[in-house]
Formats: sequence, structure tokens, C-alpha cells
Amino acid sequence: MDFIELFRESFPSLLSGLTVTLKITALALVIATLLGLLFGLMSISNNKLLMFIARIYVDLIRGTPLIVQAFFIYFGLPTALDFKINAFSAGVAAVGINAGAYMVEIFRAGIMAVDKGQMEAARSLGLSYRKSMAKIILPQAVRKMIPAFINQFIISLKDTSILSVIGIRELTQSGEIIIASNYRAFETWGMIGIMYFVIIMLLSYTARSLERRLVI
Amino acid sequence: MIEARGIKKKFGNLEVLKGIDFNVEKGEVLCIIGPSGSGKSTLLRCLNRLEEITEGTIKIDGEDIHDRKTDVNKLREKLGMVFQSFNLFPHLNVLNNITFAPVELKKMDKKQAEEKARYLLRKVGLEDKALVYPEKLSGGQKQRAAIARALAMEPEIMLFDEPTSALDPEMVGEVLQVMKDLARDGMTMVVVTHEMGFAREVADRVIFMDDGLIIEEAAPEQLFTAPQNPRTKDFLSKVL
Repeated sequence: MDFIELFRESFPSLLSGLTVTLKITALALVIATLLGLLFGLMSISNNKLLMFIARIYVDLIRGTPLIVQAFFIYFGLPTALDFKINAFSAGVAAVGINAGAYMVEIFRAGIMAVDKGQMEAARSLGLSYRKSMAKIILPQAVRKMIPAFINQFIISLKDTSILSVIGIRELTQSGEIIIASNYRAFETWGMIGIMYFVIIMLLSYTARSLERRLVI
Repeated sequence: MIEARGIKKKFGNLEVLKGIDFNVEKGEVLCIIGPSGSGKSTLLRCLNRLEEITEGTIKIDGEDIHDRKTDVNKLREKLGMVFQSFNLFPHLNVLNNITFAPVELKKMDKKQAEEKARYLLRKVGLEDKALVYPEKLSGGQKQRAAIARALAMEPEIMLFDEPTSALDPEMVGEVLQVMKDLARDGMTMVVVTHEMGFAREVADRVIFMDDGLIIEEAAPEQLFTAPQNPRTKDFLSKVL
């Protein structure tokens, strides 16, 4: 079997694996962004309890490996709480909650990087904390966050490969299945690597041009 | 209009205001001068509750502003604040910097707010900068835009916290001119400043502060030409 044939045979299934990878990443990052924003705001609030909750979330997630979190959500929680969850949802939840913890710190750093005079100026005009945060601080913070956010995006995209352990047919799992039948590890893993690489390069360059357009 | 009694302010163990009393009448221009660290900026920031006071009362239009029941946001609408570091919103152009608060808080429609903003920009001599972003402005222009932004909320009182201290010398004049115009229009103003010339020319009354206390309070002519307290004399001899 020459390489062209191997490629023709395995590419469609790798491509559908890549689609799953991208879907999981996209959904997980939506969750991560929401979690990051929510807990990020909690972590800078004056309320000790809210700060504490945010701290616990970040520490708990950063202190455990993603693979354990994925197993916990897919096998652990359903057994303990008696419910069913499909692998895809568990995978999205695992990567989302995991990236969310890192996003908390990204949001926190972004908000802290905005000069504190901005909040004072907004407040002294009579705007509430909430409005000042939403319309003055966050728009500036988000621009400062872009590089860190893209970094997290890339990490999470690669992290989805870990979800092969709970049987999701994302890119890495698709590869394993192909290799199990054709034993062509070198070529197949090579192709998979290139696919991850190309997607991430595309992402990085789009992000960089986006960043340039958004500089204040 | 402003009535402050027995104001004390502590940051931890450090007492920066040690019992301050003063009044500001409607239409009056009060300048606060004094060495760095004397507490004058802190005092100004207490007036719109950017700082909470530790003791004492501040009444504005008869309303105790540090009372729990006071709506701090409503209070701040009455008080325009101008900062040393301008604090324009960098992600908004000059026009939107000015219209932002009126549109958000006074529910003014955008068009009306923009008309008003352009009128204010003419007043501070920036009519051609409406669509420019703050980073493209010089320091003096930034500060004039910041004054226009504060005026857009139609405050009853304007607070200035060393408005010219961050400016290159050649830009100080243009900002002071805008402030003079404002004073002439009858605006009530409290100005923390190092510009003795401005205080002398424009103020109705000058307060000299040192070490958290008001040392001397007088009409500008008297304070600058015949200061009574040795600390005032000493300070003035260094800055004049």
C-alpha cells in the first residue's frame, strides 16, 4: 500500500475526527470564557466569600490533571449521582471546566492591567460598578487578554486529544483506530501531527492579525 | 453647597486627614494648595466618595454623602471630577468619551448628546478633535477633553485634582484658560493645584493644607501677600 492510497483511505476519517476536535474545542472555550469571566470577576470582588470560591475553583482544577477530570466527569459523577452523560458532553465539560480555571487568571490579569484611573473616572461620572466594569474596563481588558486567550485556545485544542481515553472519536482517537487496522503508525501519526499543526498555525495567524486590528 | 465637618481619614494606621472643616458656597472657586502628602488630593476624593472618610460629615446640598442611604451614583452625577492623569477612555473617541455618561445615565438620545458634546468641545477649543482617539491628543488636549466629559453631566460642582501637574509646561496655560472660563461662568469649583498664579487670579478663597490639617484659609490676595502662619510662609517662599 503506497502513501497516496493510505492517505486516500484514512484522510476522510481523520477529517471527521478533526471536525469533532474543533467542535469540542469551540464549545469548551465558550464554557471556559463564561466560567473565566464569572469567576474572574468574583476573584477581584471585595466579597471574601466570592473570592474564596473563585480561588477554590482555580486551585482544584489547576491542581489535578485533565485526564483525571475527564474520567471523573464521565465515569465518577454519573455513578455517584446516578445520571447518564454521553462522551461528547463529558468531554466538552471537562475541557471547558479545565480551560475555565486558566481563563479566570487570564481575565483577572486583563482587568488588573487596566489603569485603575479608568474605574475611578467611570465611577466619578456616576456609573455603577457593574456598568463601569461592563462598558469601560472589560472592553479594554479583553484587548489586553487576546494573546493569553489565544494561547489557552491552542492548549485546549491540543488537550482535546486526551479525550480519546473516554472514547470520543476526535482526531487522535480516529488515528488510533486507523492504525489498529493498518499498522502504519509513522505515516498516520505524521498526518495527524500535521493536521494539528496546520490548524493551530491558521489560528495563530488569524489571532495575530486580529490583535493588530484591535490595538487601542 | 459643600459643608465638611471634622473630616478624618485613615489608611490603616496612617492618618492623612486629621480633622478638616470647610465650606464651599455656590459659585465659589476654592483652591487647595499645600506640599505633596499634605492630604489635599485625598480630601478632594472624599468629596465624591472615591475615598470613604473615617470620621466626620460631608454635606452636599444638605445631603450627608457618607450616609448609607445616600445613592452614591446619583451624588456623583452632581460632581464633575477632573484627574491629574486625565483618565480618558482609550477605547472611545473624544465624542464618545463625552456622550458616554449622559447616554447611559440621563437616557439622553445619542443625537442630542452628540450635539451637546460638540458644543462643549467648542467651548474647550477641541471642535476638530471629536472623532479622534485619546492617544492622538496632546496632554493639554486630553485634559480639556476630560473637562468637557465631566461637564457633559451638567454637574453642580467641579472637582479638579491637580489638573495640570502631568502636563508639559507649554500646555498648562490652555487648560487653566478653560478652567478660568468655567469659573467666570459661575461654576462652583474645588481645585487642588500647584499653580499658584491660577489660585491667586481665579480663586475666591484659598486653603493651605499641611500634614492633614488646614493651616490657613484666606482670600488669595491676603494668603499670598500676607500669610499669617509660619508654615504657610515657609511653603510659599519655596514655591513662589
